[in-house]
Amino acid sequence: MTARVGVVTFPGSLDDRDAARALRIAGATPVPLWHGDADLRGVDAVVLPGGFSYGDYLRCGAIARFAPIMAEILPPAAAGRLPVLGICNGFQILCESALLPGALTRNSSLHFVCRDQRLRIESTDTAWTGDYRVGDEPLIPLKSGEGGYVADAATLAELTANGRVVARYAGANPNGSADAIAGITNEHGNVVGLMPHPEHAVEELTGPSTDGLPFFTSIMSRLVGTPA
Amino acid sequence: MARVIVDVMLKPEILDPQGEAIASASARLGFPAITSVRQGKRFEVEIDGPASETVLTEVREMAQTLLANPVIEDFELRVE
Repeated sequence: MTARVGVVTFPGSLDDRDAARALRIAGATPVPLWHGDADLRGVDAVVLPGGFSYGDYLRCGAIARFAPIMAEILPPAAAGRLPVLGICNGFQILCESALLPGALTRNSSLHFVCRDQRLRIESTDTAWTGDYRVGDEPLIPLKSGEGGYVADAATLAELTANGRVVARYAGANPNGSADAIAGITNEHGNVVGLMPHPEHAVEELTGPSTDGLPFFTSIMSRLVGTPA
Repeated sequence: MARVIVDVMLKPEILDPQGEAIASASARLGFPAITSVRQGKRFEVEIDGPASETVLTEVREMAQTLLANPVIEDFELRVE
């Protein structure tokens, strides 16, 4: 028994292949989805990968949000039925879509940050983090120029109070994110946005660790009921 | 044909590191009177026919939906 997980390719997506590979390593069947097709091909979950969709024109994720595939993803995702993981540019798309609150802004340093970053897992009560334990500190690549998470004070308080902060940056804050937030989830726990790239930390050969793999085994556990 | 200008600015409470970098460069260049810079975007929107209230409502809706992200940005319209 496996799960079919779609990976959307937008013009300018970079990490769609890596996301598909991570899903395959976790035991899922990755299904390529095309931004211009209003067709989810019957997938059980969706990954919005990292990159620079539409060249980051206007704002990161602002144009991708209106792609035909997004019209298929948004209603079931907002209703809590379709698990969605947005990584980096995918997180930006989820915020632009208002599936997740807040926004991602220019790093406070103005520098593009590319480093192996330690995170602290804050919530395992999501479709994508069930295989972690709260307090785990995975080492995962972070590579973004617009990773500064912002939201108003009421939203930040609500996210923390209701366990909707999925991960925080451990140690020094790399990009000026409010409350050192690296990832958040929606009220149902099916939609997760994450700035760092777990799909680049699934194999010893190419990653700093394999600490990113549980994001992908978690969705397998959620969908088929058993760890991969 | 008319032209509508849409100015989009980060909300005052949102950090603008680009504006800060410009302000510090301007100090280095020797413009001591300049104390602060905020960077925004200007859109020139061409419309068919006169800038009627109906058309302006349409442009305003477009600005709200696409040109600006209301979570972090404010916008202003004016007909040129």
